[in-house]
Amino acid sequence: MTTTTSITTRLDLKGLSCPLPIIKTAKAMKGLAAGELLEALATDPGSVSDFKAWAQSTGNPLLESTQEGGVYRFVLMKKETMG
Amino acid sequence: MSVDMIDRQFAEQLAAKKPPVTNKLVIFAWSGELDRIWPTLILATTGAAMGKETTVFFTFWGLFPLVKNQVRITGENWMQKMLSMLNRGGDEHLKLSKMNFAGAGPAMMKSLAEDHHVASPHELLEMAKELGVHLIPCQMTMDLMGLKREDLIDGLEEPAGATKALADAEGAITLFI
Repeated sequence: MTTTTSITTRLDLKGLSCPLPIIKTAKAMKGLAAGELLEALATDPGSVSDFKAWAQSTGNPLLESTQEGGVYRFVLMKKETMG
Repeated sequence: MSVDMIDRQFAEQLAAKKPPVTNKLVIFAWSGELDRIWPTLILATTGAAMGKETTVFFTFWGLFPLVKNQVRITGENWMQKMLSMLNRGGDEHLKLSKMNFAGAGPAMMKSLAEDHHVASPHELLEMAKELGVHLIPCQMTMDLMGLKREDLIDGLEEPAGATKALADAEGAITLFI
């Protein structure tokens, strides 16, 4: 479902602690059009469960949640309607 | 009644029992210490980032972090003035509820927070305003403690009472910190 769209926004949240990764992500997501993708890179281990919970709570699908070399990578898709 | 209909009715009943998603967060900020106002502001900004309509109702000691940092003495009479002498307001003058050590504790805590890129209460307050968090000072406490609107930071909503706070709290996640 993501093949036709590509990542339009990239956020470097490395080094930031709770709640900044989610707050900066939420702000950036507001500016996205429906279906657009956002990639966020973070180093806060708590962000793994936070991104999952944020996606579930707001309804914006979390397409990817991976970790490589201590950096967590998340890809979120903006849902159809969101304020 | 067919089996299909019974199934559908059962599914509808199940769906009706699912608790609704709560889209409001109301925090009663009663405490003015660094280690209590900090999580209050972390939760408030996060709630707003989750798309929840978020309100923080500041009452009693919780009002003092909202005093402008440059304002030193507040109050009309000697008791209110004494109160502000002993309990300095402002988000840069907060004390810890434990291990305060005459200010050494908060200084160390702030230094640790900086090292770990944790936003300060001051930064979180600014973010809360940006995110549209309703920051409401308690009118009665302001009167009691002698805090005037001009003693408090900008970006707050109109001071209000307990009824307004409880009305906002209807159907919301509520926290008293």
